[in-house]
Amino acid sequence: MGDPLFAHGVGLGVVVIVLVKAFVAFGFLLVAVMMMIWFERKVISDMQNRIGPNRAGKFGVLQSLADGMKLMFKEDLLPERADRIVFRLAPFLSVVPAFLIFAIVPVGGVVTIAHHVVELQVADPQIGILFVLALSSVSVYGVMLAGWSSGSKYPLLGSVRASAQMISYEAALGLTVVTVVLESHGLSTRAIVESQAQYFWHWNALRLWVVPLAIFFVAGTAEINRPPFDLAEGDTELGGGFHTEYSSMRFAMFYLAEYMNTITMSAVVVTLFLGGPDGPGLHVVRWLWPILWFLGKLLVLLYVQVWIRAALPRLRYDQLMNLGWKWLIPLSLGWLLLVSADQISRDSGLAVFAGIIVAAVALARARTTARLRRERLAAGPAGKPPGDGGLIALEFTDRSPVEG
Amino acid sequence: MGLLGETNFLGGFWVAAKQVLKPRVTIPYPAEKRPKPPRLHGRHVLNRYEDGTEKCIGCELCAAVCPADCIYVRGADNPPDAPVSPGERYGFVYEINYLRCIHCDLCVEACPTEAITESKMFEFSFTSRADAIYTKAELVVADDGKPQQLPWEDWREGEDRLTSGWMRATSPSGAASYEGTVQWSGELGYGVRAPEAGQRGAPDDEATGNISIRETQRKKIPPRFGGRRT
Repeated sequence: MGDPLFAHGVGLGVVVIVLVKAFVAFGFLLVAVMMMIWFERKVISDMQNRIGPNRAGKFGVLQSLADGMKLMFKEDLLPERADRIVFRLAPFLSVVPAFLIFAIVPVGGVVTIAHHVVELQVADPQIGILFVLALSSVSVYGVMLAGWSSGSKYPLLGSVRASAQMISYEAALGLTVVTVVLESHGLSTRAIVESQAQYFWHWNALRLWVVPLAIFFVAGTAEINRPPFDLAEGDTELGGGFHTEYSSMRFAMFYLAEYMNTITMSAVVVTLFLGGPDGPGLHVVRWLWPILWFLGKLLVLLYVQVWIRAALPRLRYDQLMNLGWKWLIPLSLGWLLLVSADQISRDSGLAVFAGIIVAAVALARARTTARLRRERLAAGPAGKPPGDGGLIALEFTDRSPVEG
Repeated sequence: MGLLGETNFLGGFWVAAKQVLKPRVTIPYPAEKRPKPPRLHGRHVLNRYEDGTEKCIGCELCAAVCPADCIYVRGADNPPDAPVSPGERYGFVYEINYLRCIHCDLCVEACPTEAITESKMFEFSFTSRADAIYTKAELVVADDGKPQQLPWEDWREGEDRLTSGWMRATSPSGAASYEGTVQWSGELGYGVRAPEAGQRGAPDDEATGNISIRETQRKKIPPRFGGRRT
């Protein structure tokens, strides 16, 4: 186990390879963010019958570059009541985790460069997926501290929302990751990817019956504050949320982090559920095909992300909390139970599955009964409907309109 | 209850997805312009008769009626040897301040000689307050009877055609008792212009220059909104 690159000690060649990998990954991410912003704007305008950016470069590809240049030349404001150090630190706390998470994502297969066995990913720590969870928690600090250190109320409200939201969804996120770990028997991302190799029905998405993929995708979207979970930014009520007071390059870094997070989150989904770089390839340039497969899967997921943004309105705060606590966490917990029972034996898995169904039916029945009783009670002791019941003579029955 | 009961939001995905195949409604504006309605109120022109004399008689009714107080007129007696207008007096000074003008067209309705009408041109800009004041030098139509196309104005093909649409739409020919009677006097470059549809039997055509947007754009209007397929 562990990174085979370090198996025979760390020489100069190894250091060079590691540095090159880090630079390439960083460069790739920066360019990818640029393209992602353009891609999102184009796809969303497609879905809204608009043209979208079409001025800078062919089809407006360079639009985000132009926006970035503009931001660079803007005045860098520091609010008078801001906490100077934290205010300056926060954007980095957002960007760095976003990049570091990508570092453990396998983007390709294993190649041999100058007698060194090189995995095409920046790092392959044995704790792999725990690293992702840890860093996604760190990135909460970026948002939270940004809001707090601005010394202004709207950013503060935004950051409070953001931290509550991230804590709520982290549980579901972690529980689904556990199902993946159970299925793939490993924490290292390389091990997870290798366990899904060869056939697409080996992908965790299918081996775990899709539900964990859905939960992870939803919880991950909430975790990175993307629409429809972008309550931390809430333009309408918070005037921009946690980055209200930021301008110039610092704002650009939040923007960068947001899109970098989108890309890394999708990349993590590809790694955990869609087999990573797995897929059929030709026998020429063998190292290339896995990378293309990875990029293709990534692109599909990113398209889905944009699609979600175009299709869904922002959640209300209670809806957000309901979805997190009442649906995603119980569902992922139940699924974890199911998967772990299935790991012991097929029979116990089926038994748990049946048990969960019975429990779900019983729960649904109980909730329906409770709701009907509540409605009947709300109708008053004489069965009088609330509202204008006094003005219009009605024929009362003791049955609620829902039942009848 | 909860979210499973509210799966309506899934419909949003289909709504968003099917828009991808539909044509774009955006027009890349400075490169391409939407056709303008025939009676649009733009910047004014001062018309001339067919013999080249100005229609303005310097009566100042337009300045009196202007709610924005943007018109300044000073009349003067016509020089006997070279009269500017057919009557006794003419508009010696005529200025419109486009920082104040609200394009209500009341001046056009007030004018007894149809001297002032509005073109369809609204795309002009200036960099100083003084430039916003158009004088007779800019307002009077050119020798072909069309509005002058000043360098800071964005004229496109066909936009100079209809400079009196609104006036003719509200001219007395529209009243039932005046049906078929054209109240419009001859105009430099155009002669006596045909009345609008509704003021006579024939529909709008090239003679009036007054083709409605519904006609010019009919391929772009879906049938359920009254567009026709051709």
